[in-house]
Amino acid sequence: MSPRKVAAPREVPGLSRPRKPRLPTVAERKMPNGLRVVAVRRPSVPLVHARLRIPTAVRRDDDLGRASLLERTMLLGTAERSQSELAEALQRIGGSLRVSGDADRLILAGESLRGGQSELLSLLAEVVSGASYPKGPVEGEAARLADLLRRHLSQPGVIADEAWLRQMYDGHPYGRENPAAEEVLAVPPSSLRAAHRRRVVPDGSLLVLVGDLTPARALDQVSAALGSWEGSGGPTRVPKVGPVTLGPLVLVDRPGAVQSNLRLGGSAPARTDPAYAAVEVANALFGGYFSSRLTMNIREDKGYTYSPRSSLRHSTAASSLLTAADVATDVTAPALVEIAYELGRLVSLPPTAEEVAATAQYLVGSLALSTATQAGLAATLTVLLADGLDVTWLREHPERLTSVTPADVHEAAQRLLAPASMVATVVGDAARIEGPLAALYDVQRA
Amino acid sequence: MATSTPSTSYAVERGTLRNGLRVVVSPDRSAPVVAVAVYYDVGIRSEPEGRTGFAHLFEHLMFQGSASLQKMDHVKYVQSSGGTLNGSTRLDYTNYYEALPSNALERALFLEADRMRSPAVTEETLSNQIAVVKEEILVNVLNQPYGGFPWLTLPPLLFETFPNAHNGYGGFEDLESATVDDARDFFDRYYAPGNAVLALGGDLDPEQAIALVEKHFGDVPRRTVPTRPDFDEPPPTSERRAEQVDQHAPAPAVALGWRVPDPDDLDAYLPHVVLTAVLSTGEASRLRRRLVHDDRLATDVGSHVAFMEDAFDVRNPTALLVEAHHEPDVPADRVVAAVDEELDRVATGGVPADELERVRARLTSSLLQGHDHVLSRTLAMASFEQQRRRAELVGELPALLGAVTGEQVAAAAASLRPDARARLDVVAGAR
Repeated sequence: MSPRKVAAPREVPGLSRPRKPRLPTVAERKMPNGLRVVAVRRPSVPLVHARLRIPTAVRRDDDLGRASLLERTMLLGTAERSQSELAEALQRIGGSLRVSGDADRLILAGESLRGGQSELLSLLAEVVSGASYPKGPVEGEAARLADLLRRHLSQPGVIADEAWLRQMYDGHPYGRENPAAEEVLAVPPSSLRAAHRRRVVPDGSLLVLVGDLTPARALDQVSAALGSWEGSGGPTRVPKVGPVTLGPLVLVDRPGAVQSNLRLGGSAPARTDPAYAAVEVANALFGGYFSSRLTMNIREDKGYTYSPRSSLRHSTAASSLLTAADVATDVTAPALVEIAYELGRLVSLPPTAEEVAATAQYLVGSLALSTATQAGLAATLTVLLADGLDVTWLREHPERLTSVTPADVHEAAQRLLAPASMVATVVGDAARIEGPLAALYDVQRA
Repeated sequence: MATSTPSTSYAVERGTLRNGLRVVVSPDRSAPVVAVAVYYDVGIRSEPEGRTGFAHLFEHLMFQGSASLQKMDHVKYVQSSGGTLNGSTRLDYTNYYEALPSNALERALFLEADRMRSPAVTEETLSNQIAVVKEEILVNVLNQPYGGFPWLTLPPLLFETFPNAHNGYGGFEDLESATVDDARDFFDRYYAPGNAVLALGGDLDPEQAIALVEKHFGDVPRRTVPTRPDFDEPPPTSERRAEQVDQHAPAPAVALGWRVPDPDDLDAYLPHVVLTAVLSTGEASRLRRRLVHDDRLATDVGSHVAFMEDAFDVRNPTALLVEAHHEPDVPADRVVAAVDEELDRVATGGVPADELERVRARLTSSLLQGHDHVLSRTLAMASFEQQRRRAELVGELPALLGAVTGEQVAAAAASLRPDARARLDVVAGAR
């Protein structure tokens, strides 16, 4: 730091021989009601995690309000218990249960202390077979959800994400993640039980258990608890996604905003694409991690932003790449220039072998870290199995990543990062940023 | 059904280098990953007046190069080894950490030692990181509804002295006037090896790991270790209130804060932690049941000990906080009155054994889940070692929380009196 103190440079140590992660041993059963169950023993801490994935789609954009309310109210009671009794029963086993979802699926995720998993599975069965949607509590929860949505949708980052999704998938269920408060309030509470019967069905669903358990015994416990879960109908899918309509940059005015929220992105290959490893490297190298070109440029060199990032997003019927950066108002246009420059650079020129190797190694390590916990392994396994892949992917994908070449990345970048095939959204103070943006892009106010 | 409360224990080995650096090592060979954490015993409370936000700005500067490393080299070496990294600035410490495949352990130790020995700060990196930190504050606070509520906005009400009351993210004027000399002085004063704890966890051999620590950190020069001031101040003797208009907020909110016993005295402190779980963990908890579900006074309510929700990572003085979001047509006074009634119910009626048993089971499970991650566990060990000289608390905490009695929780609730608190009302200013 000060001249009197600078120590002499030393050589950075190399890496020692890597130890490969052990592939988890997976026990599996397909139940007569169509539920697929997978159990993995991972006794790192005395807990058991359960993750139930139900492939039920939001098929029309205007179903989003009901789907959101269904998720929020599923734990308000069952045929046997009130909301409080259910919550107490979960608490008693050190457990919790959460419901989440998107346009493709519902997820019920929970955990318990070791020894509590049989009770956890019974409670899960009670919910999927007999969630009761009591009128009074549902009305209360709807009002609460409406308030949460108003608060959520007042966040500039959320406004920007929603505006970008609308441009990408207008009219399709993928075109937004959050319903308006009014849509939720308009859902009749009496319609939820029918919606539950239609959507919460075992056929095609997947239950993953990971933790301090005995797999064979866990499978038997699932058969006992969830064998009587019935439902007519099976998985449903969203409608096909059409090609992205390219258009002007959409500007959402937020008068007085001290930052602008930039969102830029387009279509991407799916996780099952043969070139997926190269696609992942291209995304990460461009903007998917701290060492990326994007962070180097607009954060560490220019100081325009705190946390720029690009990410791959996978849904059943479409995958996408989204670049996001929240920047100071007066550098809105300069930041977009730099983002377009970094995108264009990787599309036009192959990266160096050194950059590719470093990025691939980062992705290999991230996968190892993300599957080193019970909860992380359960989440990763659920995604892989639902995509039709299996646990061997955890061994094979690192090999694919480390054999990606600069030419592979260059080719993937042309499919993924071309600025000409992207849609762009900016949320910010239009009075200050519209002029500078209009010098770069055709701009349209939202 | 009965579930016996399971627990885990982690082996801990410790040592102190000749330069004063304290080291704790905890092996776990179940997955080929390791975590490395360095905790410096300096945080927001120690920054000088006129230099608000400096501890955090300095954290950013520690990533900008050192004797053997150019700007960004540190990040690139960690990530190209397959690792992740970060740092954070809290009230009482600043930490730097990595989680990596275990074959990168020596590299991570080298990188941390290099910046402990000799970080490089230039005018250029300083002005770059001032700009980055300002963007961080904009995105997390100034451009955000409820930004900084209540962790930045309640301390100035509850506390009167600068170390406890000031904004730890910092004012833009203070940040912009920071100099390279300030950075040198701050490093010289607070980043001595004897003022730090190094924790290693995961897939490692303790003996080899300690030898590598000695190899890379052993010749970091010993320096004077600053004496940590006592930041204690008298608690409020009457309710301290304020209103804050939030131009981005679509609905009002209210936060209450009370001083709690010195965290150093675990017997007196832990009942307050258990109380927050009784009050607001899960839908069966007292405040969620009463305010959210039964009376529908609040759309959301939570409580926790410590401003940054880091009850086990903080020193005296700290607080128990309750925060609630409510609809504009519900007066905040009704929300607060219901909180007071529920506190009174715990204080006078106690916590039945069955309820306490459930709350303990859930607390244990949350702690175990946190400690499943080698990085979270190693961070907790570093902090326990630094603040309490006992990394083993990671495994011992569930039993200690389990030993808290209903009477102790009731006494904790009884101490949360209206005339001893700070209350901040957020007025919704969004159109």
